[in-house]
Amino acid sequence: MNINLSLIAQAIAFALFIWFTVRFVWPPLLRAIETRQKTIADGLAAAEQGRRSLELSSRQAEQTLREARDRAADIVAQAERRAAQLIEEAKAAARAEADRERAAARADIEQAIARAREQLRAEVAALVVAGAERILRREVDARAHAELLEAVKRQL
Amino acid sequence: MAAAAELTPIEYISHHLSFFATPVGSGGFWTLHLDTLAVSLAVGVLGIGFLWWVVRGASAGVPNRRQAFVELAFEFVTSQAKTVFHHGDLHRFVAPTALTVFVWVLLMNAMDFLPVDWVALGTHHLSAHGFRIVPTADVNTTFALALTVWALMIYFNVAVKGLGGWLHELACAPFGIRPWWAAPFLVVFNLLFNFIEYVSKPLSHSLRLFGNMYAGEIIFLLLWIWAAHATFTGGFFSALGGVVSLLASIALGLGWAIFHILIVVLQAFIFMMLTVVYIALAHEHH
Repeated sequence: MNINLSLIAQAIAFALFIWFTVRFVWPPLLRAIETRQKTIADGLAAAEQGRRSLELSSRQAEQTLREARDRAADIVAQAERRAAQLIEEAKAAARAEADRERAAARADIEQAIARAREQLRAEVAALVVAGAERILRREVDARAHAELLEAVKRQL
Repeated sequence: MAAAAELTPIEYISHHLSFFATPVGSGGFWTLHLDTLAVSLAVGVLGIGFLWWVVRGASAGVPNRRQAFVELAFEFVTSQAKTVFHHGDLHRFVAPTALTVFVWVLLMNAMDFLPVDWVALGTHHLSAHGFRIVPTADVNTTFALALTVWALMIYFNVAVKGLGGWLHELACAPFGIRPWWAAPFLVVFNLLFNFIEYVSKPLSHSLRLFGNMYAGEIIFLLLWIWAAHATFTGGFFSALGGVVSLLASIALGLGWAIFHILIVVLQAFIFMMLTVVYIALAHEHH
């Protein structure tokens, strides 16, 4: 055990080594490691963010799809309703037209019947008059007997 | 000097345990152990220089193997220091100091693995009287380290608590000064207690390392004596004895070297941890 000047020299060397490490060795390494830790943490956070946004957008896509499907179904139903309505309207119009034509035909027929009856009546009256003339063998004053003839005509 | 048959065992050992000492001025205290200084500076510059060389090109991306190795040491030291030091920014001083201590002491201890007689073949040309290659087996080195840590301890005591705060602590801790009528006695006891603590810390810190490394060196020397004094002449039994002692020396030397790996690393680790603990204690208020 001989303590000597080496002790002081070693202490100075030690102090210099400490200074060198504190000043030049540790900080760059610490910086590199901390930067890497931050990069990794950021990467993980970004991955998490990406996962979340993917989930969100897939949910949104699903919802949009559902809405579109609902709308399409609505449109189809509406079109079907409209078609049925159109058919009903056409049917009603056709029915009305048919009724009208039937009524017109019936009126024509009735008119024709009336006309025929009128004609028949006139002819019967003429035949009656002619028959009466023959029976009486004399001229019937048409004017004098107009009243009588009218009464006969009315009874026919 | 493996074949230095003219040396007695005592001469062999004392030769290997003498320093390459150079007097500076009047001698006595004014002496330098050039071997201790040269080896410790060389391994220190190599070790710390290697760290510096690696971290200068340190990448924040994927580290290469060299950088990963240094980062392993970084993480190891940081995690160890974190368990003890809770008084502010670890990275400003304590952790890099711990790394310096660990690397330097480990490398100085590791010099013990070099076969002394082979090294002596080279160093013999520098110093005929001896050349010690394990700087930590020299009390000057271990005391230098321990006293520097001791000075740091006092520096941080004063820096953290102020001079008044530190002196107050010296006088009033650990027994306190209550009740008031016992205060004078308690102050004396406190001062005495702290004095012992401040003396024993650097002593135990340095002598633990010195003792372990010195003992390791001595045991190697004792084992090598067997080989150094094996003779292969003078009849069959003498030669057989020589072969046996050579083989025993090799086997035991190997065994001790393997066991010594543990001691070398463990002592460097202990020295580093105590350095951190002492600096951390200096930050604590009582």
